[in-house]
Amino acid sequence: MTKVEPRNTYRGGVDDNGHFGLFGGRYVAETLMPLILDLEKAYNAAKVDPAFKAELAHLNTHYAGRPSPLYFAPRLTEHLGGAKVYFKRDELNHTGSHKINNCLGQILVARRMGKNRIIAETGAGQHGVATATVCARFGLKCVVYMGAKDIERQKPNVFRMQLLGAEVRPVEKGNATLKDAMNEALRDWVANVDDTYYLIGTAAGPHPYPTMVRDFQSIIGIEVRSQMQEMEGRLPDHLVAAVGGGSNAIGLFHPFLDDPSVKIYGVEAAGKGLASGQHAASITGGSPGVLHGNRTYLLQDENGQITDAHSISAGLDYPGIGPEHAWLHDQGRANYVSITDTEALAAFQLCSRIEGILPALEPAHALAHVMKLAPTLPKTDLLVMNMCGRGDKDVFTVAEVLGASL
Amino acid sequence: MKDATIATDRLARRFAKLREEKHAGLVAFVTANDPTPDVFREIFAGLPKAGADVIEVGMPFSDPMADGPSVQASSQRSLKHNTSVRDVLEAVTDFRRADADTPIVLMGYYNPIYHMGPAVFAKAAVAAGVDGVIVVDLPPEEAEELDVHLRPLGLHLIFLTAPTSGDQRLPTIVRRASGFIYHVAVTGITGTKSADEHAVGDAVKRLRRHTDLPIVVGFGIRTPDAARAIAAHADAAVVGSAIVDIIAKNLNADGTPTPGLAAKVLAFVKSLSDGVRAARR
Repeated sequence: MTKVEPRNTYRGGVDDNGHFGLFGGRYVAETLMPLILDLEKAYNAAKVDPAFKAELAHLNTHYAGRPSPLYFAPRLTEHLGGAKVYFKRDELNHTGSHKINNCLGQILVARRMGKNRIIAETGAGQHGVATATVCARFGLKCVVYMGAKDIERQKPNVFRMQLLGAEVRPVEKGNATLKDAMNEALRDWVANVDDTYYLIGTAAGPHPYPTMVRDFQSIIGIEVRSQMQEMEGRLPDHLVAAVGGGSNAIGLFHPFLDDPSVKIYGVEAAGKGLASGQHAASITGGSPGVLHGNRTYLLQDENGQITDAHSISAGLDYPGIGPEHAWLHDQGRANYVSITDTEALAAFQLCSRIEGILPALEPAHALAHVMKLAPTLPKTDLLVMNMCGRGDKDVFTVAEVLGASL
Repeated sequence: MKDATIATDRLARRFAKLREEKHAGLVAFVTANDPTPDVFREIFAGLPKAGADVIEVGMPFSDPMADGPSVQASSQRSLKHNTSVRDVLEAVTDFRRADADTPIVLMGYYNPIYHMGPAVFAKAAVAAGVDGVIVVDLPPEEAEELDVHLRPLGLHLIFLTAPTSGDQRLPTIVRRASGFIYHVAVTGITGTKSADEHAVGDAVKRLRRHTDLPIVVGFGIRTPDAARAIAAHADAAVVGSAIVDIIAKNLNADGTPTPGLAAKVLAFVKSLSDGVRAARR
């Protein structure tokens, strides 16, 4: 790739048509265009409304349990023998992942728009659970589309959604994972335009979703900034986060994009290895294309057909990535690396044993990169990894791979 | 805006002929290479005689987000043959050897075109004898990067309007529109809800205030009677899911076509065409 001159800012966001450079945009059927234009208007009005901000802040504090702690991981740091490793503990949020940050924000937007039926797609089930949770909290009807294969490997989350009153609709088409669930959610939306709000869970989809989701997730990075200032008196040197669609990552990264001293790493899922063709590394192993309302890096074949992703982590099992990540990659502001299923499993086990924290398989990918990166860094460097979800949901998957029967 | 009435234009000529004959037209949709390249070619070649006034050829995509189960399945059957955009254009080239007049409009999603490259696609499409292109997930706001290559070659980029497209929205669409306006009769995916004749009548009246282009109505038209009812209001009616359903119903368990499949499809298209022609305008 050609060298890109540094920009004055990487936080300027999208242009008037919702593009991050080449990426992003609004590639949707005409039926949906008026809806996403309305949503953009509603969101722009909400985000400057003091009452909206106050209600969201109140819910974040008293319902989700924010701020989440910034935790120094002493034994992991010692084990790796390099940079000081901190975890941003977003797995301690209500519902067990960062997904609640976005759901609380969007449900308030949906209410402002007078929508009473909420639809969502989910991969690992974390976004589905968070959506079902906010729907229960506000008394709204909730339908969650989930790939049949994901339903099988994330059973605890399926039952949690049902307990919360949501209807989980299995999607058998395609590879029966997140991509197919998103297709079905879009089909539902196009057929139920009047009363339905599509609560997208990741920083992807047509504009304004990537921007709106990033804004709601940016609380992660904003908190890290002030927490690190308090604990170490300065900015962190390295940020590491797992990237599927990339909402937890953009939430951590965005507040630091204009601090050139902060190095940024997004970790994609390499599945069974990039060479195997069975992976979910859209940037490392894909090329630009258009899917699900935005242009971004995609896994696709020589005819422009989308190919199936693979990852042990259902939350990363998606053939695309949020458009802002695609742009940050092309700008050279963030580094995108990849971690295999096997490496992620090793990190999952290590973290459980030496820090007493079961990470979700998604942040286990980030952790596996930390295990490679930290030992190469001076002990004075500060590294923050986003522990974006807890691993309880993954114990069945991990047990199966490790040959344990539950 | 492109002048839609230039004399060399197959679409303009066809709609002019329909107006002269005082009846609406039938736009028949089939996905390229469904169920096999050979049977598809048989259907494709037979469509003009069966009464299709315009042929809409589906370019299959792995993730057809605006399509219902029928067209999704059709797309999947086509992709089993690894159908590429180039394969679709090759089928159009073959068709043109025998038919120089029937307008052909390609329908698909943007990624396969984008992946091929809009400039390369435009040149290949015009060389094959394509007249227009419908890209379902390319609204006017995103269309310039493709249209800039289509327009100079006389290829029409055809836009959709939906029941959700209000009077404020329509100027944005018709400003760019070319060839004809494709009005989506239902809020939903293809082949599911039924188009409501009265709602379509009102929508076409509303569209008429914004454009002089032919107005073609599709989604939710499944029978000759429904086609006749819609054709009373529009310049043409599109039938897609109901046609590809005939293909689906005439396959062996292993997906291979049963004998006479093409004839059954063409007989159904004939009945649709008769329906449309029964609605005098």
